[in-house]
Amino acid sequence: MKLDSKIPAGPIAEKWTRHKFNLKLVNPANKRKYDVIVVGTGLAGSSAAASLAELGYNVKAFTYHDSPRRAHSIAAQGGINAAKNYQNDGDSVYRLFYDTVKGGDYRAREANVYRLAEVSVSIIDQCVAQGVPFAREYGGLLANRSFGGAQVSRTFYARGQTGQQLLLGAYSAMNRQIANGKVKLYTRTEMLDVVVIDGKARGIITRDLITGKIEAHSAHAVLLCTGGYSNVFYLSTSAKNCNATAAWRAHKKGALFGNPCFTQIHPTCIPVSGDHQSKLTLMSESLRNDGRVWVPKKGIKGLKAKDAVNIPESERDYFLERRYPSFGNLVPRDVASRNAKYVCDEGRGVGSSGLAVFLDFSDAIKRDGRNTIEAKYGNLFDMYKQITGDNPYEVPMMIFPAVHYTMGGLWVDYNLMTTVPGLYALGEANFSDHGANRLGASALMQGLADGYFVIPYTIGDYLATIGWNDKVGTDHPAFKESMEQVQLGIKRLLDINGNKTVDEFHRQLGHIMWEYCGMSRNEEGLKKAKKMIQDLRAEFWSNVKVLGTSTELNAELEKANRVADFLELGELMVDDALHRSESCGGHFREESATEDGEAKRKDDEFAFVSAWEYKGSNQAEELHKEELVFENVKLTQRSYK
Amino acid sequence: MKVTLKIWRQKGPNEKGGFKTYQHDHVSPDMSFLEMLDVLNTNLIKKGEEPVHFDHDCREGICGMCSLYINGHPHGPLQTTTCQLHMRSFKDGETITIEPWRARAFPIIKDLVVDRTAFDRIQQAGGYISVNTGGVPDANEIPIPKKVADEAFDAATCIGCGACVAACKNASAMLFVSAKVSQFALLPQGKPERKERVQKMVAQMDAEGFGACTNTKACEAECPKGISVTNIARLNREYYSASISSYEWQVGGGGE
Ligand SMILES: Cc1cc2nc3c(=O)[nH]c(=O)nc-3n(C[C@H](O)[C@H](O)[C@H](O)COP(=O)(O)OP(=O)(O)OC[C@H]3O[C@@H](n4cnc5c(N)ncnc54)[C@H](O)[C@@H]3O)c2cc1C
Ligand code: SF4
Ligand code: FES
Repeated sequence: MKLDSKIPAGPIAEKWTRHKFNLKLVNPANKRKYDVIVVGTGLAGSSAAASLAELGYNVKAFTYHDSPRRAHSIAAQGGINAAKNYQNDGDSVYRLFYDTVKGGDYRAREANVYRLAEVSVSIIDQCVAQGVPFAREYGGLLANRSFGGAQVSRTFYARGQTGQQLLLGAYSAMNRQIANGKVKLYTRTEMLDVVVIDGKARGIITRDLITGKIEAHSAHAVLLCTGGYSNVFYLSTSAKNCNATAAWRAHKKGALFGNPCFTQIHPTCIPVSGDHQSKLTLMSESLRNDGRVWVPKKGIKGLKAKDAVNIPESERDYFLERRYPSFGNLVPRDVASRNAKYVCDEGRGVGSSGLAVFLDFSDAIKRDGRNTIEAKYGNLFDMYKQITGDNPYEVPMMIFPAVHYTMGGLWVDYNLMTTVPGLYALGEANFSDHGANRLGASALMQGLADGYFVIPYTIGDYLATIGWNDKVGTDHPAFKESMEQVQLGIKRLLDINGNKTVDEFHRQLGHIMWEYCGMSRNEEGLKKAKKMIQDLRAEFWSNVKVLGTSTELNAELEKANRVADFLELGELMVDDALHRSESCGGHFREESATEDGEAKRKDDEFAFVSAWEYKGSNQAEELHKEELVFENVKLTQRSYK
Repeated sequence: MKVTLKIWRQKGPNEKGGFKTYQHDHVSPDMSFLEMLDVLNTNLIKKGEEPVHFDHDCREGICGMCSLYINGHPHGPLQTTTCQLHMRSFKDGETITIEPWRARAFPIIKDLVVDRTAFDRIQQAGGYISVNTGGVPDANEIPIPKKVADEAFDAATCIGCGACVAACKNASAMLFVSAKVSQFALLPQGKPERKERVQKMVAQMDAEGFGACTNTKACEAECPKGISVTNIARLNREYYSASISSYEWQVGGGGE
């Protein structure tokens, strides 16, 4: 297989414009003859479904939620980037492009990132026109804030609920098309397979989560907008139901998986409080602007936040300020996370588990007064208190890193098409634009760019090429076969009737991934993890306990399906991490470090996208490489000293 | 700590439901309420008993999916979502009664899971501004006074959980609908369709079988996002002025 990224020729600033001109168009009167399936109704899915329906295509949209408004995009807090340069502080499309490529540690495609920066400005216009209530200044114009990895203020926000407001905007645009009859919405319906016939994606197989009914749906093209796979780690900042099933099953049907080992770990999350922990809560990164991160110089077992005040200054190690004098507490996410891990590994972590560091606001409160701090972070402090029972105005917060985002995903070309013709991936589900590390406030931007401004153009080229009568109905035997496969898989799970719950397996997998394929990775650990995952998978298929039937609402069955896929994806992540023996972005290989322990990229060997091809059950996957060419950005090693 | 749980169990939409009592002896005050139920479910599965079904997803108080009626209050004793409630808000040895949202427009699907798609249908009826992707003015073209933007935002923070309906003795959806109507009525972008919007959304709300509002304010007291009943007053004004001058609506202005 040869990977063709379809990057258009020409200077970077003209590529997208030229490409749009060269793409084939579907005649407006013919658009209604085409059916498009959109799986997932988060930012990427809702925006795509609405925009395609507005153009005249017939859209069927699917979500396992009861409403599109529940998609995990709703939880994004901080904001969305756009190169509007409203602040007159030197921002531009080129600067946003440059920051994103650099922030991604030079493992993203230049052309995609440039396009993302280019359309970012239209996203804000679109959202405002839909009634998204962004934060404003007293003069009535839009407000901005700055975010990690940028020296300009280009982040638009709606208090701490930006994702919610953007999603409600996209959801309302889709609602209008539902009312208009152009989008048919299927809620509490989970996609369990992609149907590929003669090498093209022709439809999907779904399960109605309330009745258990398995159904086939056919279309001219299928869009997967199904989010990321952070939950392979069990504990992450993702919603409980986020999963990789759609992407993984597409992978098994021929779509290559790009950079699976690139995951982002966020440094400021609330630490685990016990074995019952079900998910992790993110505390906004902005806290590091005023909070100082420290641990005691000598480890103290079980140190509580209320006893931290008794530790004299001379006994404290402000380790980020010490190691990175110029960036201090504001080093990028991966650096902050890794250093927190190191001090905990040294036995200097705090809290009952020893897996936490302090984030202390006492100096900021002394300096600026409690009111100022309250105005900036009041809601976050309240949330922290609610969850932990500690009051951060009086005692330091305790934080620990947690998995937050997956840069990897289905490999797509410049048109967002996977290696299966007619099958597209949008939003966090694709490997796309963030390279080895995503900058804050760039995921919302990418999801909406894909849905509002990229796919409406690029899908037309494919549809016009195949023509509207090139559609296969659900009476084709391939649909029936796929439905039977899905049913068989479900039956297999229900028949095992073993002794361990799905959650127990999921938690165990999460431990393995976190321990060996988390913040810091090495060959020995990864090899061990591979074996452990294989064993766990074998045990799962002989010892999982799933009660109930397949013809009713059955949450355990839903989870079992998803965990079965995580158990396969986890191994691929480990394979990818093993193969990439360099450190870049969120992927830190201990073997590839500078003398003082910082990440070292190996551009000569690894300036490529890893794209893995499925070869059959329990077979090793085949690696394909898409070489990355940098014509505009100069590759440098990051330094925050 | 130990708690006794009285939980509503119901196999399906058309089956008869009833309370079942469970003794839960391994509760930590640091657990969230839903984690407490997770542990209960693990224990039930191990014993071969079907776990309790409940809706949840983000567990961060933003998706609006969690929906338990705890000890007579939607989302329990605090003014927060169920997922943000922790066991330290309960007493050791306490008996906790857990029911689904009860409202004609929210039929029970199973155990504690209810169908809230009526809310979506109300939004589909008119909860949007009719703009297509592309071809919109620059975002800073129309300045919006900060006070107005903030007020619209406050209304827009509704998470669509339905606690307001569950709290109301009439099962009225006025707080939810008024929040959405207010957001758009306040913003200049929403003005062209405001009359048509309020009429369509209220008509759909009535068609779904939600009750009338009798101003008890129980909704505001239980809303986890602090949506204010002043929005209901605004909805009433909007509705009234739309019905005395429904010019735009009659000529179909602003619609599809
Ligand atoms: C706590 C948190 C805070 C964040 N803050 C920010 C921020 O401030 N700025 C920023 O830019 N990014 C942020 N992010 C990242 C960002 O929110 C996500 O990357 C982005 O919203 C993903 O959008 P999406 O549309 O790709 O997927 P999602 O919103 O995850 O939507 C996935 C959709 O797919 C559906 N689905 C999945 N699988 C199936 C299936 N098999 N069948 C049917 N339906 C399916 C789901 O129902 C859902 O509708 C944050 C993330 C987290 C976790
Ligand atoms: S108004 Fe409040 S209680 Fe009602 S749905 Fe919205 S957030 Fe929930
Ligand atoms: S689970 Fe999302 S609001 Fe409670």
